[in-house]
Amino acid sequence: MTAPLEITGAALRRGDRDLWSGLDLTVHPGELIAVLGPSGSGKTTLLRAILGLERLSAGRVTALGQEVRGRGNRRIGYIPQQRPLPRDTSLRGRDLVALGIDGHRFGLPFPRRIDAGRVDRLIDAVGARDFADSPVGLLSGGEQQRLRVGQALADDPRLLLCDEPLTSLDLANQQAVVGLIDRHRKDTGAAVLLVTHDINPLLGKVDRILYIANGRFTLGKPGEVLRSDVLTDLYGANVFVLRAGDRLVVVGAPDAEESHHHHETAHE
Amino acid sequence: MFGGLADYGEILLLVSNSVIAGAVLGLVGGLVGVFVMQRDMAFAVHGISELSFAGAAFALLVGFDVVTGSIVGSLIAAAIIGVLGARARDRNSIIGVLMPFGLGLGILFLSLYDGRSANRFSLLTGQIVSVQTGQLGWLIAISAFVLIGMLLIWRPLRFDSLDPQSAAARGVPTTAVSLTFMLLLGLIVAVSVHIIGALLVMALLVTPAAAAMRIATGPIAVPLLAAAFGFVSAVGGILLAIAGTLPVSPYITTISFMIYLVCRGIGARRDRVTRDA
Repeated sequence: MTAPLEITGAALRRGDRDLWSGLDLTVHPGELIAVLGPSGSGKTTLLRAILGLERLSAGRVTALGQEVRGRGNRRIGYIPQQRPLPRDTSLRGRDLVALGIDGHRFGLPFPRRIDAGRVDRLIDAVGARDFADSPVGLLSGGEQQRLRVGQALADDPRLLLCDEPLTSLDLANQQAVVGLIDRHRKDTGAAVLLVTHDINPLLGKVDRILYIANGRFTLGKPGEVLRSDVLTDLYGANVFVLRAGDRLVVVGAPDAEESHHHHETAHE
Repeated sequence: MFGGLADYGEILLLVSNSVIAGAVLGLVGGLVGVFVMQRDMAFAVHGISELSFAGAAFALLVGFDVVTGSIVGSLIAAAIIGVLGARARDRNSIIGVLMPFGLGLGILFLSLYDGRSANRFSLLTGQIVSVQTGQLGWLIAISAFVLIGMLLIWRPLRFDSLDPQSAAARGVPTTAVSLTFMLLLGLIVAVSVHIIGALLVMALLVTPAAAAMRIATGPIAVPLLAAAFGFVSAVGGILLAIAGTLPVSPYITTISFMIYLVCRGIGARRDRVTRDA
């Protein structure tokens, strides 16, 4: 079985600054990789490049056996960085999920029974039955995020890209969303690349970590990356990884790249 | 009194084309309005209508076809806003710059024009009954074209309006879809300028959809209600206006505003019930 995602020699430059270069990454079926790093380090761009929505400065990306070109790829599931939907959005929960199935289709919008069945199955798969017929604008962040996961799973993707899917969710909803993603990969052998700023909700599930910072990156198992000496070396500054109960806290990581490169964050 | 009714019947026969044009515009305007609201483009509608007015006024001045003039003005404005204003913030500043310029140009052309003065006023505040039959046919045909175009891009446009990033990731050509929508919006605005006037276009392109969104959710209920509200406002306004001597537009704007108020009331009551439960 070929790797769902293969990145070779990838580099991203903005202006004259290297965000990272020489990135080789092969993601295996069923593998969950977390991407960490300060904002402005090009994590979102990496995901968008895999979808063919942005170009890298160098390197090749092969997703699901095809070299990435063109724009967008329906075989990849994508959960973009979430922003809450406006209260008066004229859609119900099920309509949000349905966009994953028919949102790309041009032509007269006649409903099809076969689509309705698929939407129902997706709604059940993400446990959204109770609020599927409520207006999405009135749903909580956690409920909206479940629906987005449902939308992303529409075509039963073998590669799932998630951009900060847990932001602004409470602990219970974080666990619920991680659970949905984890179950999909276990059930179907899909590979998952997940950008996050907090690794804790994923501990115990994540297979490898790609940590990008300071124009460089480190790739390895959680125990090999989330260590004071490794991150200190990566950042070039004293960084401590502390254990508080069953949680990990990274202390001293300079989010400094933002302070004198404010314009970078606009791209994220 | 019965004589009055008989007169009304005769007048109605005379303006039946206007009623049809109003009906079609009301329906299509309501549908387009749903996306105007979702894409936060009410201000853009106003900006396009002012340039459409300038185009029509220029056509009037040089003796060209007024409908064509308004369409050219509309499309230029829609293209500028569509290409330069992909992001809401850029868009608003571009419209803010374009709008007074367009209105100023229009006023200049009108003041240079020395023909019938009723023609001048009608571009700003609308006077459908003074539009000639040949032009009415065009207005109806353009509205029908916009309706078909909207239906063909309906689902990708909805996806792009709600979540442009996911839409792009799933292969929706988001730029093409947005620009097509701007083109259709420009066309329907040009039609509205003739029926209700450049200053009052929003009464048919924004208010009905805003009202519908107050009382309904769902991808079918909202557009249907918006189209129905637009239809009632436009047709009702024309039918009331021909009985008296006042122009059409105030009737249309008042009906559409009343519908909005009622929907707001219903929506507010619904919210309250939800909270109590």
